[in-house]
This record gives sequence, structure tokens and C-alpha cells, in this order.
Amino acid sequence: MPTAVAAPRDAKLYKPEVPPDWCPGCGDYGVLTVLQRACGELGIPNEQLMVVSGIGCSSNLPGFFKSYGMHSLHGRSLPVATGTKMANHEMTVIACGGDGDGYGIGQGHFIHAMRRNVNITYIVMDNEIYGLTTGQTSPTSETGMKTKSTPHGNPEGQLNPIALALAAGCGFVARGFSGDINHLKSLYTQAIQYPGFALIDVFSPCVTFNKQNTFGWFKERVYKLEDKGHDATNWNSAMERSKEWGAQIPIGLFYKNPNPKPSIDAADPALQGEGLAKAKKLGLSAEQRKKLIEEYV
Amino acid sequence: MVGIGGAAGDGGASTADNLALTSARQGLHVYVYTSYQSLIRGGHSWIRLRISTKNVNNVNDQVGAMIALNQDSMDRHLQELGKGGICVYNGDKIKPGKAPEGVQLCPLPVFELAGKDALPIMQNTVALGALTGLLGLEFHSLESVFEHTFKKKPQVVKANVDAAKAGYDFAVKTYKKVSNPLGKTDAKLAMVHGNNMIALGAANAGLKVYCAYPMSPASGVLHWMGAHGPSLGICVRQVEDEIGVANMTIGAAQMGVRAMCATSGGGFALMTEAIGMASIMEIPLVMINVMRGGPSTGLPTKQEQGDLNQAIGASQGDFQRIIMAPTSIADCYTSMEEAFNLAEKFQMPVLYLSDLLMSEGHMTLETSFLDREFKIDRGEMIFEDDGNKAYYRYKDTPSGVSPRAIPGIPNHLYVSATDEHDDDGVTISDVYTDPVTRKRVVDKRERKMAGVLAALPKPKLEGPADADTTIVTYGSCWGVVNEAVERLNKEGIKCNHLSIKFLVPFQEKEVTELLKGKKNIIVVEMNKGGQFARHLRAETGITATGKVLKYDGEPYEPKHVVAGIKECLKGKKVVEAESLEPGWRTPHPPGPGVLSTSSAH
Repeated sequence: MPTAVAAPRDAKLYKPEVPPDWCPGCGDYGVLTVLQRACGELGIPNEQLMVVSGIGCSSNLPGFFKSYGMHSLHGRSLPVATGTKMANHEMTVIACGGDGDGYGIGQGHFIHAMRRNVNITYIVMDNEIYGLTTGQTSPTSETGMKTKSTPHGNPEGQLNPIALALAAGCGFVARGFSGDINHLKSLYTQAIQYPGFALIDVFSPCVTFNKQNTFGWFKERVYKLEDKGHDATNWNSAMERSKEWGAQIPIGLFYKNPNPKPSIDAADPALQGEGLAKAKKLGLSAEQRKKLIEEYV
Repeated sequence: MVGIGGAAGDGGASTADNLALTSARQGLHVYVYTSYQSLIRGGHSWIRLRISTKNVNNVNDQVGAMIALNQDSMDRHLQELGKGGICVYNGDKIKPGKAPEGVQLCPLPVFELAGKDALPIMQNTVALGALTGLLGLEFHSLESVFEHTFKKKPQVVKANVDAAKAGYDFAVKTYKKVSNPLGKTDAKLAMVHGNNMIALGAANAGLKVYCAYPMSPASGVLHWMGAHGPSLGICVRQVEDEIGVANMTIGAAQMGVRAMCATSGGGFALMTEAIGMASIMEIPLVMINVMRGGPSTGLPTKQEQGDLNQAIGASQGDFQRIIMAPTSIADCYTSMEEAFNLAEKFQMPVLYLSDLLMSEGHMTLETSFLDREFKIDRGEMIFEDDGNKAYYRYKDTPSGVSPRAIPGIPNHLYVSATDEHDDDGVTISDVYTDPVTRKRVVDKRERKMAGVLAALPKPKLEGPADADTTIVTYGSCWGVVNEAVERLNKEGIKCNHLSIKFLVPFQEKEVTELLKGKKNIIVVEMNKGGQFARHLRAETGITATGKVLKYDGEPYEPKHVVAGIKECLKGKKVVEAESLEPGWRTPHPPGPGVLSTSSAH
């Protein structure tokens, strides 16, 4: 069920008393600010938002966002977020975290959440490094990159989350850049309104531990898919674009399924009424119980 | 007790089901346990059905009648029959062994009775009809089972009824009935297994979200949920792994629904990090661990109570949780009412230890026992905006329980974190240091455990209270030990039984009081290390004078317990019981029936 667009609200309404404690200049500030603006633009009441994260610098986001939230375990934001959506499908559920959280330890859930197609928005603050543990190589670190855990250069391959998402059947695949706030906001509003699983991988530079993929580095390289006439309804060309990395790196909407199937929560026969959490009376009715017992007689 | 032996895929299970239902329809109580291999086709499976006019909770020592569906079963089990026993088999195909003294061999001319064109599976029906007659069961009970089972296929009903009747008439005319034919009672009975009781109990307790990954012997719960969830308004998700299962269940529970997951030891190991999350976030949920033989993949289709240590240590730090173990298949049902109420009242995970014996064991229960509305006590919850502008999710209260607002209502926003947090849910993990808050919030959560302890039903001695020997058990050993204790008392060995259902928090005061002054304290459990005896000592300082242990994969029979207790009374510290009948021995030739060897995960 797409979130109905209500009257816009002030982005300040999503700012709690607790200020973010990320390093000055961290890309995550942009990600947070834009999320507050996007929710304001869509007019989503604070209490109708559930923001679920894993563990890592970026996963501290729910603490800096005024809504219901869960700051869960490392790598587990997606199953936790899926559970919240199953229990109350009327709420807007946003999962977030970093590249280590989502593409490393949480990789298995990432693939299956997309295959399962639960109607949530997943924001990955991708800084190509483990920040909170003070700078080790991550699944999206470039091959050869020198980090604390790979002082002689990262010997492993670099994960391509966009191609992976496309292959896993994700119906909404986008990439944003924390250095381009207005562009990012439009991706967020589209993703939240998309009636299925939506991935936004956001370049969110780590100013402390990643001296390679800096704001400047990205600024020199990123270009917007929409400026190059990319057709976001074409899965094959999305896959082609996803391979671009180096001098030119695309951001924007890679793919949006023009004919999405109902998400798992929309299709689940148990979730056709109001949110399960709103049930007033619990337990079986006398008739239900009798009928079930009769099966064993 | 009746034994039915055959290869997986021979139809032994449905033959046993039909016999059990036939008996239940006459008001006879039935207990069924199947010893089987982790094979999809072939191998050997031995189903024991104990049928009685009285309630039965466990297998007995000896088989009085058997059906051999193949030669292997004849070879393995014929010698287990005692005097007066009967062995029914297809005389066209199976060569009889040498019958023990007083055992009646009852070959059936299946081709003649079922007709030459009958499907091979009809041998089972003929044999079942014959056994029905020889046990003194009424034919119309069996007939009504076929009518019920195949109600949409009248021609199948007729074919089965005809074959069964031919077997019944032939056997009654040709052979002697058992010396004590089965009677009947007026009881209205349902034939259930523990996994069904966990599932039905959860539904009756208001379950709304169920998550699982397939794992024997817990998958029966998932199957029930898959079949019934949609019509009952229960959201059922099969998740990619048990880590996802636990986390998804917790996410759902946080929103204010009753949520549950079930697995076995290996899957439970993967869930353990999430248990700590539920504990520090104060989220109620029920996690079922259906124990099987361990360690690691261990014995996927065999019984063991080996996961108590794992449950006790199932997360890092001081984490609050309740650990309980139902004591019978019936208790698997009732315990769901308690489990959800405790979880929600005290906002913590409940770890529920079932085992293969209960979860896959079948038995009859009175329909009136099942047909009962559960009491639902959700504790302190906030479902609507009460205008409170100063809501703190983790408010420090005398009981330690903080009123829980369900997400979605205005003016109660909060973030639950796995990081340590204050009353408002704001993390204190990133501040310089905050020893005062840290200590206070740990104490607040731990305070809930005292509330749990006060809410638990008190443990009781069963049997003569003044006996100076007490047998202490937990979980599924309850039934067989009760029977053993009854026998020992009849033999003049005075003893009683203390069955512990709640392992954490442990009712130290009550248990210590009940065991005060006992000369012999004998723990009976099913593992090698004596995990429960160790837990008893850790919680009370009481060291068992003797331990009876079994970890060979097969359940206790009363004789094992009786013999073990007698050995302990003679001064033995540890008795390791074993199932030693020749039929249990391996290697036995696997036979030509083995088609595949896919192991149950």
C-alpha cells in the first residue's frame, strides 16, 4: 500500500532533542537531514514512522530522528524491520545502516528481504569502510584500498550492491550522494511511496577513516542517470549502468519496476485488515477452537 | 503396547494413525512414539502405541502385539514380544522368525483377502483389520476412521473397509484374541502431538506473528501454522535462517503483537544474540527450542534433553529471561498460556524447552481439556494516546516493569536500543561514562525477575510426601518417572517425585524446602553430563546423591528408571540407562528399500 501523500510538515518536527554525535563533516548528517525533509514533504506523522537500524556509526540514526525506532543488532535491521511491518503494516517502515552492516554481516537478510519484497525502504549509508570500529576494510571497499585491516591493500573484490539488488529482484533500486541533498530527497520520497522493497544506496563519505573515497572524490565522479537519458523501467540497461565505476559513477534511479507485484505484506491473507497489533481481542473464538480440535478427533 | 515396524514409505505411520484413532474413538487413551531414521524413504521405523483405558504419558517396557510390514521388522522385533503376544504379518511375503514361548504368529493370506489386484499398501489395511479384531477393538470404530479420513473419496473408503473387514474376520476366526482385550470408555478424545499443542496453544493464547526456519523436530509447528495461519489471522513467515527468524519475531513483538518462533538446538544457537536484544529492549516473545540429540547436527530424529546449558547461557551479559520446560504433551498446550502471559507481563523473552519426545510424540487428550478459552494477561500496555506528555518507555518503577506503549500512537515516541539506555531510551553507550545510570537501569531490569518468581506456580511433590527419597526431574521425564515412582512404591520402595517446570528463575526457596532432610535425591534426565543436576546444585547448593542418565537417543521406558533408581539407592552415583533390545541394534542390513539418504536438518 503506497503511503498516501498528506499535507507537508516541517522537517524540524522530526528532530529530537538529542543531536547527532557523528564526526563533524560526516556524510550521515546529510542523509539524516534529507530523511527529515522527505518525511515532512510526504506529511507522515511521526508516530506512523518506524525507523530500524543495525549497528555502526550510521545505525545511530534512529536516535537522531523523532519517530518510533529500533536500534537493533549488527546486520539485523532488515529482519527486525520486516517483523515490525508484519505486525503493523499500516506504518511506514524505514530500515537503515551502513555498508558493513547491510552488505557484510547482514548480506543474507539483504538478498532475502528483496526477494521477499516487503514494503519497506532501505537506506544504506555506504562509506566503503568500517567507521565505528576505527577503519577496517568493508565489502564495498575498493580492491587495493589500504585500511587498518588491509595495510598492504585490500586483496578482495568490491561488492556491487546495485547489481546485486537488481539480480535479487528488488523493484526499486537507487543510489544517492550525501553531497547532493535535493537529488537525494527526491529518491527518498519516491522510495517511500514505492509499494515494495526499495533500496537507496547512499554515498555517505567517512571523513575520518576513508581518505580515498572523499566528498571531493565522489563530486568529481558522480553523474545523474536522469541527465543521461537512462530509462529506469528497463532492467537490462539498469544492470549495464550498475557496472560503471571509476571515472564516471552513476547516481539516481537505476530501476523502478513499472508493474510491481503486491508486496508480501499486501498479499498476506492475515494482513488484509487493520494492523495486527491493533487487534482488541486476542485468542481463538469458540467456533475456531472447536473446528481446530475436531481435526484431531 | 502395540509395535508397528516397516521402512519409511511403507505406510506404517498411517497404519499407526488409524489404529490410534480407532482406539481413541472408543474412548481409549493412546500414547505413540516413533523411532525413525533420518531418511525420507527406506530404513526402519518402529512405532510403539500404548493403548489403555487409563491416561498414558509414555511408552511402556514391553510390546504385546505387533505388525511387521516387512521382513526386517519381523527379524528385529519378534523377540521383544512376551508371553501372550501376537505378531500379525503378510504371510504371502514375510517369513516368520522363531516365536518366543507363548507368542502367537498370525500370518495373513493377503492376496486372498485383499484380492490379487489390490495395491501393495492394502497389506497394511488387512493387517490393521486383523489386529483390530485380535485386540478386541470394535470394527465400526475402524470403519468410521476410514470414513472420516477419506470422506471425499467413497470408493477409497469402500476398498479400505472391505480389506480391513476381510482381515478382521479372518483373524477373529483363525487366531486367539489377546488375553486382556481392550475395552472402551466414554471419554471424548483427540489424537494430538506436542508440536500441534504448541501451535494450537499459541493460537489460543493470541499469537499473531510466527516465524521459523525448517528444523527437525520443530517443523511440525511451522506446518500447523502454514496450514492454519491464513484463516486465523496469523502472519506466518519462513525466514532465510534462524538469525533472521529471531530478529523478525522480535521486530513483530515490539509492535505489540504476540509473536513466537520455534527451532531446535542448532537453530537456537543462531538465535542467541537476539535473545539479549529482546532482553535489553524489554520485548516479550516466546522462543521454542525443541531439543534433539546433540551436539551439533547430532541426532536429528532422536530424543535428548541436552540444551539446558545452552538456554541458560544463551546470550552475553546479565540478560533477563524466563526458561520453562513443559512436562508432557498436554502441558505443551497449557504452557503456551503461561508463556505468553509471563512474557508480556514482565516484558522479556520466554525460552520454552520442548523436546523430540513431546513434540513428535502423539497422545490422546480429552477434547474438553483442549476446548478452553485461555486467560490473556498482557500486563501494563498502552494502546491509545492517553495525553501523557512525559512518557518514558523504560521508566524506573518499583517492579521494574515499565508501561509499554505500542508504536503507532501519538505522544509516546521512543527508540529501543540494544545499546544501554536510560529511562527515555536514549543510549548511554556513547557518553564519556555514566556509572550511576548504568547501575540503575541494570537493577531495574533485574528487579523484574523477582516479580516473575512471585508469579510462578509453586513446585509440588507427587507421591508420598514423607518418603525420604525424592526423584527430581525437569520437562518430559515427568510421565515416565511418575510411572516408575508408582511401581517402586508398590514394590515397597517409598519415594516421591519433584518435577521442575521453571528453570529460570529457579524457585530456590521452595525447592530447597521440599528437598530438606531427604536421604536420597536422585535426578533423572536425558543427557550425558547431568546438566539439570548441575543446575539444581548451582541454584540450591543441593548435590544429587544419584543421577540416572540416558543419552542413547531412545526414550526412557519405566523399567530403565526403576532399575536406575534401585542402583542409585544401592549407592551408585551415576547410572547410564540404555535401550538394549536386539531390535535396536545397528548395523542391520539396510535392505534394498533405501532410495535416498537426505537427512533431516
